[in-house]
Amino acid sequence: MDITTQKPAAPPAPGPAAPPDAPAARGVTRPGDRIFLGLSRGSGIFVLVLMAAIAAFLTYRATLAISKDEANFFTSFEWNPSGVPPEFGIAVLAFGTVVSSIIAMVIAVPVAVAIALFITHYAPRRLGGPIGYVIDLLAAVPSIVYGLWGALVLVPHLDGLYGWLDDYLGWTGILEWNDGAPRSLFTVGILLAVMILPIITNVSREVFRQVPRMHEEAALALGATRWEVIRMSVLPFGRSGVISASMLGLGRALGETMAVAMVLSPSFTINASLLDPGGGTFAQNIASKFNEATEMGRDALIASGLVLFVITLLVNGAARLIIARRKEYSGANA
Amino acid sequence: MSHATLHSRPASSLRGATLPKWFSWAVAGASAALGYGISAAAGLHSDIQWALIAALLFVGGSFAVSAKVEGRRQARDRTATSLVWVAFLLAVIPLASLTWETVERGIKVLDGYFLTHSMGVVADTEPGGGIYHALLGTLEQVGLATLISVPVGVLTAIYLVEYGRGRLAKAVTFFVDVMTGIPSIVAGLFVLSLWILILGMGYSGFAGSMALSILMIPVVVRSTEEMLKLVPNELREASLALGVPKWRTILKVVLPTSVGGITTGVMLAIARITGETAPVLLLVWGTNFINANPFQDPQASLPMYIYLQYTNGSEAAYDRAWAAALTLIAFIMILNLVARGIARWKAPQTGR
Repeated sequence: MDITTQKPAAPPAPGPAAPPDAPAARGVTRPGDRIFLGLSRGSGIFVLVLMAAIAAFLTYRATLAISKDEANFFTSFEWNPSGVPPEFGIAVLAFGTVVSSIIAMVIAVPVAVAIALFITHYAPRRLGGPIGYVIDLLAAVPSIVYGLWGALVLVPHLDGLYGWLDDYLGWTGILEWNDGAPRSLFTVGILLAVMILPIITNVSREVFRQVPRMHEEAALALGATRWEVIRMSVLPFGRSGVISASMLGLGRALGETMAVAMVLSPSFTINASLLDPGGGTFAQNIASKFNEATEMGRDALIASGLVLFVITLLVNGAARLIIARRKEYSGANA
Repeated sequence: MSHATLHSRPASSLRGATLPKWFSWAVAGASAALGYGISAAAGLHSDIQWALIAALLFVGGSFAVSAKVEGRRQARDRTATSLVWVAFLLAVIPLASLTWETVERGIKVLDGYFLTHSMGVVADTEPGGGIYHALLGTLEQVGLATLISVPVGVLTAIYLVEYGRGRLAKAVTFFVDVMTGIPSIVAGLFVLSLWILILGMGYSGFAGSMALSILMIPVVVRSTEEMLKLVPNELREASLALGVPKWRTILKVVLPTSVGGITTGVMLAIARITGETAPVLLLVWGTNFINANPFQDPQASLPMYIYLQYTNGSEAAYDRAWAAALTLIAFIMILNLVARGIARWKAPQTGR
């Protein structure tokens, strides 16, 4: 995109304003150019300022709350910021957020990769295109609709699955069902899996589609079966893409608010069994507690939001690092 | 795909024994029948259970037979194929159910009356009422957010593509990426802390728009950047060689060439923020009455209307929630389809 570096030997721009030795196309001397550059650079700076402001104001309000907190902010199981003395901690929220996201990833990633493979390598050609298109559209369905579906359709249908899990895996303790309503972290995980499935599928499909035809044909020429082609050429090529797709999905699962708030029946406890109702996530807790919160309560919620912010930043940063490192020795770009 | 040609080749002495094409269907039929039989005999009554047993029987059965006749490698290939199919069918169930339930339950109360009346005089537990106030609020909030984000987003993208080099551009690229990952509730909390808690402003549609534009700006920047990069350099060089200033080149050559793609990106971004509930919940507060002024007093919005009707919990409210969900999905789908139509129609000629 950089014209000056592409054409270093370009003649100087005509016009009396440009000094003879000025680089071409650098015409910032014209007032119109200066204004336009100022506007666009200003927008760029605005984005930076906005990010800084988000971090700064959240931190400011959060420290107001945490400095008054009588309990340990990271380990306490209490959430009573407007009590005397105010006590609140994020242990339950951190647990719920991490556990429900892990369940969602465990379900969604393999299925999404399989669907992406299905669209690119297994489905009849006529079917693959429309399916991809439909999944594209499903990625745009808002989370509130997933929440409504989860609460009114999914939850009433889960008794069978819960009973089955309890029968065969109840002995593990973490999948024991004590006949509560199936509004647990496990259900949240299932719903989040359904929600992030389209995104992970879309990105993985794009990556699988870019696998060099030569790699696949070379494997076929050696007599590989379709599965061996996928294992030897498609998956290694697509690995970093799949990882970044999963991270995108994870980011969405971590920050998901409304769907979780509608499906979970929250409590400030950590249950031994994932199938028992209770627990909470950062975003869900903010949405559910916000209406009744006092000013102190709001600051406490902002403090928990800041933790969520930091976690999502770390996840995104990790995704970026993984992709950057994979790119170097994947050999795919050759 | 290229594999198809290989598979349809006539069997030669170079290839081992292969099972006929109807083999998979036969195993599928047999395992479905057997799975149903087993669950009927064992007294299981969940549809999921017999389907699960049948699926296991199918995968195991075809692996065993194929390993015997065709060899282990072919058998493994068959297993992979059936696992991929199973995963696909498994994923279709919730997604199809979501679409079906929304349409089926939503169509019940969705009519002209529903679209043109508010909830002002209707008790939450009674049938009747509508989403006019919510539609109005959503359109105003999303419109304001678009007015803020499009200029900022497009100008930032222009800076990155046409001017950007050096540290500032790198920092902007990085933080736009970071911004893409901000959870919507965090954007809401930021505006809450700055606008409402520190500046002491009230809840309003505009406060919601500010949070929505935080979510929208990075999407607009990303898609516009991609589109500007597609504009061939020759066009810029030709214009510059004629002595046209750079800013006029950008306005008259680069932007018109990529306007289709930019419009698509903006529409997809609008579709994304239209369904956002969390920031609206924190900042716009919600009301049952029509408030046409987004700068003062709480407003309603479509996603929040769904949430409020859901939390209300009566049958009539559930019906309204589904109808509003159908309206919301229809709006977003139309935006998506139109955006894709524009993208196809106005796709820049890349000369490939």
